[in-house]
Amino acid sequence: MAEVLVYVDHVDGAVRKPTLELLTLARRIGEPVAVSLGSGAENTASTLAEHGAVKVLTADAPEFADYLVVPKVDAVQAAYEAVSPSAVLFPSSAEGKEIAARLAVRIGSGIITDVVDLEAGDEGPVATQSVFAAAFTTKSRVSKGTPVITVKPNSAAVEAAPAAGEVEALEVSFSDKATGTKVVSRTPRESTGRPELTEAAIVVSGGRGVGGAENFPVVEALADSLGAAVGASRAAVDAGWYPHTNQVGQTGKTVSPQLYIAAGISGAIQHRAGMQTSKTIVAVNKDAEAPIFDLVDYGVVGDLFEVVPQLTEEVKTRKG
Amino acid sequence: MSLRIVVCVKYVPDATGDRHFAEDLTVDRDDVDGLLSELDEYAVEQALQIADEADDAEITVLTVGPEDAKDALRKALSMGADKAVHVEDDDLHGTDALGTSLVLAKAIEKTGYDLVVCGMASTDGTMGVLPAMLSERLGVPQVSLLSEVSVEDGTVKGRRDGDTATERLEARLPAVVSVTDQSGEARYPSFKGIMAAKKKPVESWDLEDLEIESDEVGLEGAWTAVDGATERPARTAGTIVKDEGEGGKQLAAFLAERKFI
Repeated sequence: MAEVLVYVDHVDGAVRKPTLELLTLARRIGEPVAVSLGSGAENTASTLAEHGAVKVLTADAPEFADYLVVPKVDAVQAAYEAVSPSAVLFPSSAEGKEIAARLAVRIGSGIITDVVDLEAGDEGPVATQSVFAAAFTTKSRVSKGTPVITVKPNSAAVEAAPAAGEVEALEVSFSDKATGTKVVSRTPRESTGRPELTEAAIVVSGGRGVGGAENFPVVEALADSLGAAVGASRAAVDAGWYPHTNQVGQTGKTVSPQLYIAAGISGAIQHRAGMQTSKTIVAVNKDAEAPIFDLVDYGVVGDLFEVVPQLTEEVKTRKG
Repeated sequence: MSLRIVVCVKYVPDATGDRHFAEDLTVDRDDVDGLLSELDEYAVEQALQIADEADDAEITVLTVGPEDAKDALRKALSMGADKAVHVEDDDLHGTDALGTSLVLAKAIEKTGYDLVVCGMASTDGTMGVLPAMLSERLGVPQVSLLSEVSVEDGTVKGRRDGDTATERLEARLPAVVSVTDQSGEARYPSFKGIMAAKKKPVESWDLEDLEIESDEVGLEGAWTAVDGATERPARTAGTIVKDEGEGGKQLAAFLAERKFI
């Protein structure tokens, strides 16, 4: 069976969930060979093996942390040349897409990004994408070269599929372009203790109706009662009420949770682009005419400061 | 010496319009009004600010697209860019990201540059891969997804806010930069700017000018193929209740019924 290269997104050896989802998809089209780079890379092997990686290629060097993206492109290219895979898969993170883009140019292969499903096909893997603010679903394939594909979080279930996961050191020689962009400093984001927005099963988002940064705890309390991630509309982010990293929408994150709760969000196209594929959608909004109500499975027309705290209390009571 | 800035922009169908596909499964650009991609306005804005800080700078705004794409160039010129280049060729219809990056890279080289500024993604394709591809093709550093950018003494510096960390980046010019919508609001063209834009030069180049063979681009030359596009079925209408004091409890009952609680 053909080998499929899977780029591993990890933080100091802790594999992030979208990578495990990639392994599920990779197994549909071949045998997953993982590429794990940087500090802690070797510690990823056991988790990757449990989820189907037949081989784990690892490399660590200061260049991976000290310079932007290109050293990793050099390493993935080395893995590509060593393995001659039938496809290369990346998580659709900012870095994943950039590495994928540069690799595609180097190896002269087509690239498809932000895939939400992947299946084997007669002419290579068939990728499903959700486009035009999720108004359309397309099926595409790479017609030249080795398919380079980036996959969005929550596109597949994480499945246990024990495999050998044999660790091999990857030989990487860095190109002279590798040290072009220096990472002068890196400040890790403070953890909120809540699930990652793009990976969460439940997302609770606040918008213009929240009225100010000081009111966001109302949204956070509901999120915490449900074990959910917190999102915000562009209006709320632009007003400075909530960090941009939590923005859901076209210029923020695209989420596709089991449950999406929109509080005080009107549902402009900009926002809908980022949440329209959620399985169940619920909204609370004062304005009965708000476009968000066209999307909902359940909507409450009312003051979010009345409805949301009552909901939070009720969730807590029911959960005991 | 003058700082030569090239800003890459895209003419896109209005996201608030009824966007759809043409028969050949390319984006229909005829039936929906087009405009300068909002995310590229941020690129124009940052280029203008960098030019303001420099002793001497010249901003060229560059696009690849059909005749109407000139509207996007005009908008950028009216914001304050100095001149424009429009790459237009019938053979470009259906070109994918890899092909577009080839055309842009050739056009950037022909223009001459110290700094290339891009938006973070287009608002139609939304791939966000062009800046990385341009950096790769031009063989110059990529300083991407910046929410803050400055140029000083031949070095570009910026702040990249990632999911897990905030990074401060630095590279020597020439370089390719991309900026996010957090980089600062884009200015509105002034009346004077709009009038002045009408007199600014817009050059038109075709594939021959860029020494690109027609089979390297277009739908036939594309590295990817779209086999099907289906409209997402409208969501079935849900239950909407008016809060009469029990709205939160009703909502909780619904969530319990769906097994979320």
